[in-house]
Amino acid sequence: MTSTKTEIEVDYIRRILAGEKQLFHDLIRPCERAIFFVLMSLLRNETEAEDAAQETIIKIYQNLGKFRGDAQFRTWALSIARNEGLARLRKIGNRREDSLEPLDTDEQTGDYTPAILTNWREIPAEALEQKELAAILRKAIEGLPEIYRNIVLLRDIEEMDIRETAAALGISESAVKVRLHRARMLLQRNLAPQIKAFAPKRRGWFGGRI
Amino acid sequence: MRIDCKHVWEHISAYVENDVKAELRAEIDRHLETCEICSAVLDSTRNIVILIADDRVFEIPAGFSERLHARIDEEIEQPGG
Repeated sequence: MTSTKTEIEVDYIRRILAGEKQLFHDLIRPCERAIFFVLMSLLRNETEAEDAAQETIIKIYQNLGKFRGDAQFRTWALSIARNEGLARLRKIGNRREDSLEPLDTDEQTGDYTPAILTNWREIPAEALEQKELAAILRKAIEGLPEIYRNIVLLRDIEEMDIRETAAALGISESAVKVRLHRARMLLQRNLAPQIKAFAPKRRGWFGGRI
Repeated sequence: MRIDCKHVWEHISAYVENDVKAELRAEIDRHLETCEICSAVLDSTRNIVILIADDRVFEIPAGFSERLHARIDEEIEQPGG
């Protein structure tokens, strides 16, 4: 019988608490990227996000005994990261308007029509070898309001599922879906006209590949 | 009933996620057959979702993991840590 991810995590935590402390490295490794991105989304500064990620992970280690197996370990870890990030924002006193959570009134307003195109030639992932394309994508995501940015980071970049994203952000699954939709529409509207030119060039009549 | 473009746009994210009911999906597919605008909007959205998920877009800082695990070792090795 194979153990579920949660059972493995619970087993690791039990053993760490019993003294096999080195296992903490393996427990935290699958979560460290997501923790960094949650903090990056809040703090928007790489050095600050890394420092906060280290603090978060030490807190997770020190509070491991408080973990209840009713949530996934990663979800619990991300909620600690989020609290750490919010506490830092409060401390530096620049908690921006768009960091206030949740902005329910915003759900009713805003223009979410896409950029109108009549054709789209697929941009393959290999085009990301061009640093310029990756930079345009990054800038567009960083420019999203926080309530949309953190959804994109967790769902589309960290590839967490809707349920886990909702739990990590403390919002409902339907709010995740609505915000994800709006975020993607904002990205499409902003990015589609900008990145069109990165599609591979069509070849002539006899060139084969188009 | 034929659905219009605006109606299709409301469901693009769910369509990309494969999270629309079969009946609605069929209506959208029928619309896409004849609407080049909605087809391009859908294709570009799907393309963008795939591109942003690529590890080359968002990278964690070089050495992040090494520094983190060194810090964890310090914590673990403390008496009572």
